[in-house]
Amino acid sequence: MDTAYFLQQLINGVTLGSVYGLIAIGYTMVYGIIGMINFAHGDIFMVGAFIALISFILFALTSIALPIVLLLTLLIAMVFTACYGWTVEKLAYKPLRKSFRLAPLISALGMSIVLQNYVQAAQGARIKTLQPVIQGGFTFMEDTGFTVSLSYLQIFIVLVTIILMAIFTLLITKTALGRAQRACEQDRTMTALMGINVDRTISITFIIGSSLASVAGMMFVMYYGVIDFYIGFLAGIKAFTAAVLGGIGSVPGAMLGGLLIGLIEVFWSGYISIEYKDIAAFTVLVVVLIFFPTGFLGKPDIEKV
Amino acid sequence: MEKKFFQTSIKDSLFTGLIALALFGPIVGLRTVAKNEVLEVHPKWFIVLIIVVVCAVGRFLTNLYVYNRDQKTGIQSSIGKSISNFLDTKGYQIALTAIIFSVIFPFLPFTDRYLMDIAIMMLTYIMLGWGLNIVIGLAGLLDLGYVAFYAVGAYSYALFAIHFGWSFWICLPIAGIFAAMFGVLLGFPVLRLRGDYLAIVTLAFGEMIRILLLNWYQLTKGPDGLTGIPRPSFFGLPFKSFPDEGEQTFHTFFGIEYNPMQRIIFLYYLILVLALITNLFTIKIRRLPIGRAWEALREDEIACKSLGVNPRNTKLTAFAIGAMFGGFAGSFFATRQAFISPESFTFIESAIIVAIVVLGGMGSQTGVVLATVFLIGLIEVFRDFESYRMIAFGGAMVLIMIFRPRGILATRKPTITLEKSSSK
Repeated sequence: MDTAYFLQQLINGVTLGSVYGLIAIGYTMVYGIIGMINFAHGDIFMVGAFIALISFILFALTSIALPIVLLLTLLIAMVFTACYGWTVEKLAYKPLRKSFRLAPLISALGMSIVLQNYVQAAQGARIKTLQPVIQGGFTFMEDTGFTVSLSYLQIFIVLVTIILMAIFTLLITKTALGRAQRACEQDRTMTALMGINVDRTISITFIIGSSLASVAGMMFVMYYGVIDFYIGFLAGIKAFTAAVLGGIGSVPGAMLGGLLIGLIEVFWSGYISIEYKDIAAFTVLVVVLIFFPTGFLGKPDIEKV
Repeated sequence: MEKKFFQTSIKDSLFTGLIALALFGPIVGLRTVAKNEVLEVHPKWFIVLIIVVVCAVGRFLTNLYVYNRDQKTGIQSSIGKSISNFLDTKGYQIALTAIIFSVIFPFLPFTDRYLMDIAIMMLTYIMLGWGLNIVIGLAGLLDLGYVAFYAVGAYSYALFAIHFGWSFWICLPIAGIFAAMFGVLLGFPVLRLRGDYLAIVTLAFGEMIRILLLNWYQLTKGPDGLTGIPRPSFFGLPFKSFPDEGEQTFHTFFGIEYNPMQRIIFLYYLILVLALITNLFTIKIRRLPIGRAWEALREDEIACKSLGVNPRNTKLTAFAIGAMFGGFAGSFFATRQAFISPESFTFIESAIIVAIVVLGGMGSQTGVVLATVFLIGLIEVFRDFESYRMIAFGGAMVLIMIFRPRGILATRKPTITLEKSSSK
């Protein structure tokens, strides 16, 4: 019984962790390249979830096979949400590159309020329910009194996360774009002098971050089946915690942090108290920032005169 | 030259239209509606078409405007600059007029119950804005969880007043002390953090307080909230239309007719006095060593350290004092509403207070008043358009950061200047 319960929590935690990890990559990449906390990123994730929801409903009217529906929804969510990320950056952050340090954060706060209320106005404030898209799964350890279940959906979520992670890790470490990004992280002026279009590199960073967040949104709506316009706030803070935990600026760190936050949250609600599960993430955030602000895989940030 | 401009400009507007279509197409154009517990999509293409056309044409017109302006290169006069110039030179008189106006406001002929309620709400926000201005404006610490202290003040006032029956004037300082203690509690761990990290942690702290209030049912009654919070009395004289046996009320003591407005007017003066105390305190403390240390710390932490200012203690006092005023405002809120629940202390409240301080121009006391009148007025005018008004509100925050990042009152007079010595 105990082992089975533990195993079930582990499975759920890894699934949730994948979702948080995908959102956290957006935070960490943006922080790495322009040194700001993109507060609206959680709401970009929410927009992605809504686009995926709409796409699923539309495809339910047709008779396209499930794997194609999944692939198409994935692409649709990524493309449309990337537009949001790109526009938000152009409108709200780009004019503020040379402003004082807190200006982009306040602007992002405003953008987050705009996005939330825009979706509320356009789609209504009620929660939206989606019928399960992928059903069924494996069950095992039935004889112990507690059945452990591993659904196909959970396998799908973890698999897609791993594949996307692999693709984007390759993109960042091996291609010219990735090199340009890493150069921008180090010194933007110098990078521009080397003939790299800094603005475009930053835009692409936002596009990548937003499309990954939209994948997380799609998985969120498939996994929980209910969304509303407010999901981005909590998910955003938790993913930010994940990014900090893994070391902000580091992409593998974000994934690791996401996994840890997912596990912490699931185990906390499984063994301690479900009402205070959100407090768990916040406590982790505070503790991490105080005791090791560079996270697991981050670089120390030394303040110079 | 001209032709090329039109070509690129039209291409640009078409591109804008395309992006607008991608943005608004799915979210606005395909509204999901629940029917028999199954979601259906109701298309709204006409609205999308309007939005797309507006975006494209708007883009073209801005291009044209920017092009024309670049051709002319005229002198741009800024409205904000003239406002702040005006306020700088006539600041004292304006402040005096504003105070006199707010003192006689309840007795003006056009003042009714509705206006009084709005005025009380505005004064509450002004007080919160002034309190947060100590933290953000003077000490330069972006606190996104200020509403937590407001909540702590409101709940501690309500709990003491309900369970012990203590009067408003005893509970008020206790609520302030409790809020200040929470300020220190939050301050201790987070003060080593820099700007944006600090912002996120304070935000998390605010949410933690809210979740705690929501789930600690024995103490806070959770989502049901606390009811029956005693109303304030006029130095022991309650505002009641039918006094109990042998009890003196406000209207019997003064021998006047009972009128429900009496309590509202009393509440109005109460918050006015509390707000003015906050303001006076800030103005005075800016000239004291601690106030100067805050402002120095805001400008350069490393320089402060090397000059022997203790950053931890300095920041802690800023947090504690800011929190204390938040707590005062909270207990006023509790006594005015007679009912509080965690609903009133969501993150959006913190965002509104931060917006007030930022829009007003961080560190400017008059700016806070102007920004409150503008923002709360905006929210009130568009009362019936719940989410649209918040879109406007969030958009205003972005626009302010882009066009006037230092707020309405952008010029910041140094608190202390070196005077030229007249000895020679």
